[in-house]
Amino acid sequence: MLHAVDESVTPIHIHDMTVAYHKKPVLWDVDLAVPEGKLVGVVGPNGAGKSTMIKAIMDLVPKASGWVHIYGKPYSRMRQVIGYVPQRESVDWDFPINALDVVLMGRYGHIGWVRRPDKIDRELAEEALEKVGMTDFGHRQINQLSGGQQQRVFLARALAQDAQIYLMDEPFAGVDAATERAIIDILMDLRARKKTMLVVHHDLHTVNQYFDWLVLINMRIVAAGETKDVFTDDNLNKTYGGRLTVLSEAAQAVAHHQRGL
Amino acid sequence: MIWDATFQLVLLGSLLIGATSGTLGAFAVLRRRSLLGDALAHAALPGVALAFLWTQSKALPILLLGATISGVVGVLIIEAIVNYTRIKADAALGIVLSVFFGGGIVLLTHIQQSEVGNQSGLDKFLFGQAASIVRADLYVMCIVSALVMIAVFLCYKEFKVLIFDAEFLAAQGFSPRVVDLLLMGLIVLTVMVGLQAVGVILIAAMLITPAAAARFWTDRLHVMVLASGILGALCGALGVGLSALAPRIPTGPVMALVATVAFLISALIAPRRGVLARWARIRANALRENGQHFLRAYLALQTRGKREIVLLDLASELQLPLYRVRRLATRLASDGRVSLQNGACSLTKLGHKEANFVVKSHQLWEYYLVYRSILEEDHVDRSADEVEHILTPEIIEQLESILAQEGIDVVGDIHKTHSGYRRTGEDG
Repeated sequence: MLHAVDESVTPIHIHDMTVAYHKKPVLWDVDLAVPEGKLVGVVGPNGAGKSTMIKAIMDLVPKASGWVHIYGKPYSRMRQVIGYVPQRESVDWDFPINALDVVLMGRYGHIGWVRRPDKIDRELAEEALEKVGMTDFGHRQINQLSGGQQQRVFLARALAQDAQIYLMDEPFAGVDAATERAIIDILMDLRARKKTMLVVHHDLHTVNQYFDWLVLINMRIVAAGETKDVFTDDNLNKTYGGRLTVLSEAAQAVAHHQRGL
Repeated sequence: MIWDATFQLVLLGSLLIGATSGTLGAFAVLRRRSLLGDALAHAALPGVALAFLWTQSKALPILLLGATISGVVGVLIIEAIVNYTRIKADAALGIVLSVFFGGGIVLLTHIQQSEVGNQSGLDKFLFGQAASIVRADLYVMCIVSALVMIAVFLCYKEFKVLIFDAEFLAAQGFSPRVVDLLLMGLIVLTVMVGLQAVGVILIAAMLITPAAAARFWTDRLHVMVLASGILGALCGALGVGLSALAPRIPTGPVMALVATVAFLISALIAPRRGVLARWARIRANALRENGQHFLRAYLALQTRGKREIVLLDLASELQLPLYRVRRLATRLASDGRVSLQNGACSLTKLGHKEANFVVKSHQLWEYYLVYRSILEEDHVDRSADEVEHILTPEIIEQLESILAQEGIDVVGDIHKTHSGYRRTGEDG
């Protein structure tokens, strides 16, 4: 970033971050300062590194270089302020637990090692379920929920974390219209309460309507800023067009070289 | 069978082994780590033999220490192969398991043929001999069982999230690596303590089978863990009891067989997840669908102006043999949907209502698919025919409002479909 960033009011500040999977770089030199209280969309083609960026912020994947600060501090000291909604497909929905158990997991970070959830945690979990309109499904085994309902359970789990920043990986993927409406209502409500949200999204039609800030990404940040400034044909061409193939070929070459093939 | 102090000791030992491996097995199976337990056990054999050759001692703690070291080395080699070569986990597991086990057998044979070795009794580690449990062994088992139970009780929620969503566990500030190591460590302990009674070849069965059986009965993790532990204890005790009936039968195979019987019974008769329950569900659906086809055919005939409808008319409309149509009619009559008088057939009020609903869902779905250009018109019927049985009143309402918003009125023409009745199974 050329201009100085006031870190104390910047929820997420990424500096010169490169991430590699099996030595193959998937994100190059990311610089990003996400402003507070915005609903931020992260948009780009498949394999652009959208999920990777979110995971790298939370130290879930190792960074090859660079750093991330959360309100000016390293993530390891700020875990409690981040809520996380992973991709729905990332877990086995045949696991033997019910919806309320899943939501209760959102409290575990506050509870800590070994101790058990108490009455207050349970109440918070039930409250979160109520917010996503799933009160009646708390005791339903999770494989008996529809895709949209499963997504709502994941969102409720993040709400139960009671965070300042929410990182969401494709919360609208494969959900019905009613669920999409319900989720966007909740996001608007969170924004009204000054929460910051980074939402991976793939439906270009709704970008203007949903997000006030936008990050276009394809292995590097193509553009980031107010949606009205960033969401242009030119930028979309840069994001989805073929110009970045050189970058991905370079990544392949690096990976092959380092694996000794 | 001798009901004396020795037998009680052996019984208690097997019970503990069963309970511990059953409890941990629930986590191992859900984490898809059950085969790792198998590799661990097989890889332990050369450790047992080497420990004996080294120390010339038969003391269980020494042998188990050797077993643990070589088992863990085996597992580490599997991980190294997976991480640093292109060989996949199953092949790596197979390679390590057979090499270690083969090496173990060679060493064991060598020991048995040597002078000191022929009374070493090391061969009990192959198939397990619970009768060789002595008081000192039981103390070791008690300590390990207690450790495992306490750890599971304390770290239950950590294990649960680790298996369901390890990334979320990390995002919450826990270290999935530490939790995973703890779980693996407990599995190692359990396998090693079970070696003497169950043997390296079959100890994995005590880890996997009770848990797999318990999974059939419940959708709650804590119930599954408890059930699996209790089932494991029962298998251990029954295995020892049964093998005591005939001399010289090793206990490991008997325990594994008892567990397998429990698994088979569970797979068959468990409610909802069992094979029989699933079969009954499929059959009930087929019956319902055929009944609905009958009602729809009746409505179709009536719409075409047919006054008195007999079963033969319905048979030709449905293109089914008369005896099947008669069976259908009798069943629908006993449900109060159809009334039969002197061969003539008519729908009751309830029957009419259901028939209308079925036709309407079929219709709405057809229109919806064509309207959305999801399917060409002549491809629509088969799909609509499958869907008409599963649409709920709520979905119908939604479809209706979607189509109404877009200015299409389906209800005006509800009796015209592209016809065709999909065949499903028996009608009973």
